[in-house]
Parts: sequence; structure tokens; C-alpha cells
Amino acid sequence: MFGELVTQLSSPTFFRHVVATVLALLIAIGIAIAIAVPSGLVLGSLPAVRHATRAVIEFLRPIPSVALIPLALVMLGFGPETKITLAVYAALWPILFNTIYALDELDPLQVETARTFGLGRVGILFRVALPNALPFVLTGIRLAATTALIVMVSVEIMASSQTGLGFFIMEARSGPGRMDQVLVGTVVAGVIGLLLNNGLEQVRRRWVAW
Amino acid sequence: MSNMLEVADLGHTYGDYEAIGGLTFDVRAGELVCVVGPSGCGKSTLLRTISGLIKPTRGDVRLNGSHLAVVFQDYQRSLFPWLTVQGNVEFPLRSLPRAERRKRAAEALEWVGLTAAARKRPWQLSGGMQQRVAIARALAFRPALLLMDEPFASVDAQTRFELEDLLLRVRREHDTTVLVVTHDIDESVYLGDRILVLSSSPARLVANLEVPLPAERDQVTTRTADGFVALRSKVARLLNVGKPSMDVEKWAAAERESLSETVSSS
Amino acid sequence: MNKFLQRWAVFAGLVAVWEALGLLADDPFFPPPSEIAVAAWEWWVLEPENLTDHVLPSIGRLLAAWAIASVIGVALGLLLGRSDRAMEYANPLLVFLRSIPPPALVPVFLLLFKVGTSMQVATIVFGVIWPVLLNSVDGARSVDVTKVDTSAVFQIRRAQWVFGVVLPAASPKIFAGLRVSLSLSLVLMVISELVAADNGIGWQLMQAQRDFDYTRMWAGVVLLGVLGYGLNTALLAVERRALAWQPRSRDEQHA
Repeated sequence: MFGELVTQLSSPTFFRHVVATVLALLIAIGIAIAIAVPSGLVLGSLPAVRHATRAVIEFLRPIPSVALIPLALVMLGFGPETKITLAVYAALWPILFNTIYALDELDPLQVETARTFGLGRVGILFRVALPNALPFVLTGIRLAATTALIVMVSVEIMASSQTGLGFFIMEARSGPGRMDQVLVGTVVAGVIGLLLNNGLEQVRRRWVAW
Repeated sequence: MSNMLEVADLGHTYGDYEAIGGLTFDVRAGELVCVVGPSGCGKSTLLRTISGLIKPTRGDVRLNGSHLAVVFQDYQRSLFPWLTVQGNVEFPLRSLPRAERRKRAAEALEWVGLTAAARKRPWQLSGGMQQRVAIARALAFRPALLLMDEPFASVDAQTRFELEDLLLRVRREHDTTVLVVTHDIDESVYLGDRILVLSSSPARLVANLEVPLPAERDQVTTRTADGFVALRSKVARLLNVGKPSMDVEKWAAAERESLSETVSSS
Repeated sequence: MNKFLQRWAVFAGLVAVWEALGLLADDPFFPPPSEIAVAAWEWWVLEPENLTDHVLPSIGRLLAAWAIASVIGVALGLLLGRSDRAMEYANPLLVFLRSIPPPALVPVFLLLFKVGTSMQVATIVFGVIWPVLLNSVDGARSVDVTKVDTSAVFQIRRAQWVFGVVLPAASPKIFAGLRVSLSLSLVLMVISELVAADNGIGWQLMQAQRDFDYTRMWAGVVLLGVLGYGLNTALLAVERRALAWQPRSRDEQHA
């Protein structure tokens, strides 16, 4: 298997598969952050909106994103937009909930202090609430990255897009039944997960040093 | 009178730091002995070696009985929040039949005046009440020696007086042998039949003083009695109160080490 | 009660909007909710064999695999958590194994097992054991020193130490792990059935896709959502009862 690992790592085809997965993954995480953090801030700071949308969110959240795979495949086709869409859907929730939770944890004393200095609602949101929420949001992003990777690989395994690590793994299985190639793909997927997780943990440690 | 606890040349060293340097003393049956020393003199290490939580590097601890019980300073961490008050008191008694367990727990709770709280959770009680639960648990275990580690250091002054009197009453009624480790000079004089004064790092025995006060004590009259005042001053002088004498850094390092070194039951 | 009404009013409103848009647009991709409901009724209620041959086996596999993973995960986690030596050896392996995205394991297990229940259960077990295991390790390590000392002083037996001290002390963390692994179980159940199965909810979804029956695909998605919601609610109810001893304040929990 180690021999196969070396062979594959030096193969441009395999490299393309890895790049396709990682790139799609990064795009998906970026979109998810762009949607989930602002929504989380709105829902977290406006209890009325949060209560009103609660039933909708509680209904949407438990839908496993992989259940949408067949539907998304027919609707969006076999291109990368399918896997990105589904990964975004899966990655939204951890970021959204961590952002809301972070605003809940906000120390009322700090808000009072900010208010005595004449900060308005928006000022408090950006100068007090957001910096305080950052560690939680970063944790949410770390969880979301793992989840997005899971969905990404599943969609690729479901024979979409002709590229990606999941596609490589599935091809190795269904074509020649090469266990060594399947394992190499699996291990590389694990390494991507590990690097992503550790990288985001590093970011959290460096940026959020307080 | 027979000895309940015999400590002979007990010493403990962490690396090259000597926490206790050769202690020898006895505790007689039914006696209440207070160990008092400056903060960080190795009392914590002494307690852990006597209770068997760590193995001393030299010397000998002999207990005249099968087991002892400890009341820790931090009642919040020492009580189990998932058990009721009664469950906590029954905690050390699991090997006994159910009926016997119930009986002993009910008895011990009555001694500390907590019968009504038996079904509550510890965290629903005040700090002083929680420490009573810990005392009841220790008593229910029927230990040969009741070891107390700064037992009243985490409660307010009023509660502290109450608990001190509770301890005196309970040990008189049930003839319990008690060793209290404390840094509070007044407390040691008020509670003890005898006081062991320790020096700081390494802990050595500086004095072994009998307390010349009647067995019956009272928070107001006893604390103003001539014997009390004189003994308090004597202990304070022995402890060098007011003079900086210890290496704080060194002590903190040793304390941390003593906490990580545990004979865990896993 | 007011909040409750408000919440469901928004929900009902959105469903109504979807219904109206669906009827107006008449887009086969987005059938109105009423049609989805009818499709679901016809599919699983009017043809009960669809329920007994597909839905129930899916749920059965899911629960069986989750239960196996939970028992192994908790037992192993508590063991590792209370033994520094074992943890030293196991930690690097754990860190790596848990980072593997579980779906990537489906093909591995496909090669190891024949298509069928054992392969699906193995995939789910292997995929969902990590959250339980790692949380149990954390929980077991979080038993505070004073409780360890107290247990040692009272010379309690091993069984009481494990079940009376370590397990309850670790239980808040364990439940957090169980919740994560339950929703992951649902995901893996669907994937394993989409990729390789001859029955189950996922397989039915694939059938609907092959027939270009969008209404049924939506019905399947809704069913899985309801299933996920139901399972999570049930586990939360159990958790609330099991952890009822926790102090109201969050201090102890976070410590």
C-alpha cells in the first residue's frame, strides 16, 4: 500500500483529483461562512426573528444533506456546483449555531459597559459582540469544514463530476477492485481532514489569543 | 490509652525538594489533634501520606484500624452532584447490605442535623450544609481516624463557628478520633485537645502542646478565656507570624506536584 | 404559547408560499407540499410493504449500528481516558482515524464485505464511533482530583469506581458525543444505501431518481428530515432525564 501511495502521489491524475476536492471544499466553506455568520448575528441579536424562524430551522437542520444528493444530481447536474451546494448546506448549520450560541454567551456586563460609553446597537454588535463571538465562530467553522469534507466525498462517490478524491476511490473499487488504491484515496482524504482541522485550530490559537 | 495513629519518621521529597522532614507523633484513641503550620508548610503532603493517597519516601504510618475517612476542604468537588445527599453518605458503604446502608446513612445525617435534606442534591444546599454532608459521609464510614483537611476554610465565619461546634459535639458523642489539618491558629486552639505545630518547608515538628481547656467549649467564653489567649499567642510566636519566612515559589511548585502525584484507584 | 403560535405561523406561512409558488410555477423540480404529502401517503401508507421492507430495515440498521458504536465507544473511551499509558499509545492513531471522512470508508467496506446489512452496519459503526470514543476519553479525564482522592480514601470497589464515579462524571460529555454520532449515523445510513443496497430508504431514493419521480424524491427527503428530528428529540429527552442531576448553573458543566 505504501508503494501505491508513492506511485499515486507522484501521478498528475491523482493530484488533479485531490486539487478538485480541496478547491471545491474551500469554496463551499467560504460560501457557508458568508451566509451563516451574518444570519447568525441577525438571529442571535434579534430574539423575535429567532423565535419566528425557529420551527423552520428545526425542520431544515435534521435533513441529512446526503439525502439531497439524488435530488441535487438531477436538478444541478453532475458538475462541481452540485457538490459545492450540498457541502454549503451541510456546513451552514455548525457555523450558524455557534454564532448564535456565542451571542447568547455574551456577558451582559460588557454590553452595559459599552452602552455607558455611548455605543449604539450596531456599535455593540461590531465592537463587542463580534470579537467576543470570534472563538466560537472559528470552532463552528472547524466543525463545518469536517462536515463539508464528508459531504464532498460522498457526492463524489455518488459518481458526480468525473473528478475528485471520492470519484477516484469509487473508480478504483468498481473498475479493477484495487484495494490498495481505495485505501490510498481513503488515507489521503483523512490527511486532508486532519490538515484542515489542525490548520483551523492554529488559526484560532493565533488570532484569538485572549 | 491506645494509639489510633502512629507516625514514625515520616518524610517526603519531591525531586530534590523536601516537603516533610521526618515527623514523629501519635494520635490517641478518642483524641482530637490539630496540626497547624504556616501556609505551604507541607500540610497537604502530610495529609496525603497519612491517608495513603501518596506513598511517603521514608518513614512509617501505622493506623490502628482498617480504614480512615477524609473530609476535604473543597466540599463542592468532594461530593458527587449526581447522587442525592443520602446517596453521597451511602457512597463508601456500597459493600454493605442495603438495609444496613440505609440505617447508617440515616443515623449519620441525624448527627449532623440534615435528616430533612436527605433527598436533595448537594448543590441545592449552602456551603456549610454541604460540608456537613461530607462530615456525615465520613462518620457513616465508621473510620478509625477522621482526617480533616482545612475543613472549614471555605465557609463564612458564622457557619464556621457552627461547624466547629458541630464537630466537637459529634466527636464527643461518638468518641471519634480526629486529626484536623489547619492553618488557622484560633481554630486549632478552639478545637484541639492537643496541637502539633509545624515549621515550614520542610515540615518539622516544632512543638507538641496540650490544650489546657475544659472539654466543653463555647465560642464566646472559651475564646476569651486566659488559657485560650495565652496558647494562641504561643502558637503564633512559634509560627513566626508576621515574618516572611518561606519560599513561596518553591512551595507553589511542590504543591502542584503533590496534586498530580496521586495513587489513583484506576 | 404566543411564541409557539408565532413560530408555527411563520412555518405555515412559508409552506403556504411554497404551495402557491409550486402551483403557479408548475415546475417538476419543485412540487408543492400538498403533492409531496400525497406522494408520501401513497408510497408508505397505502403500500405498507414499502414501510416494512425499506423504512423499518433502514431504521433498524441505523439503531443497531449506533448502539454498537456507542457501547464500544464508551467502554473503550473510559478505559483510555483513565489510563495515561494506553492513551499515549492510542492517541496518534485516534487522531488520524477520526479525521478520515466516514463516507470514504464505504468503498473500503464494500470491498471487505458483501453488499448487505453487515457492510452497512460496519460502515456506520466505524464512521460514528469516534465522536463517542473521543468524548468519553475527555469525560473520563475530566474527573476532578478531589473526587479521585475521595474514591481512593473510601476504598471503593472497582465496579463502583467505574459505574459510580467515572461514568456519571463523564456522562455530560458522553451524551454530547452520542448526539453527534446519532445524526452522523443517519447520514451514513443514507450514503451506504445510496451506494450499495437492495433495500432501505436510500435505495428507494435512488429508485425515485431513476424514474425521475421528483415528488417521491422530495417525500424521501422529508421522511429523512422527520426521522432525524424524531431521533434527536428522543435522545434529548433521554439525556434530560439522565442528566437531571446537573446543577442549574453552568459552572460545573464547564469545569
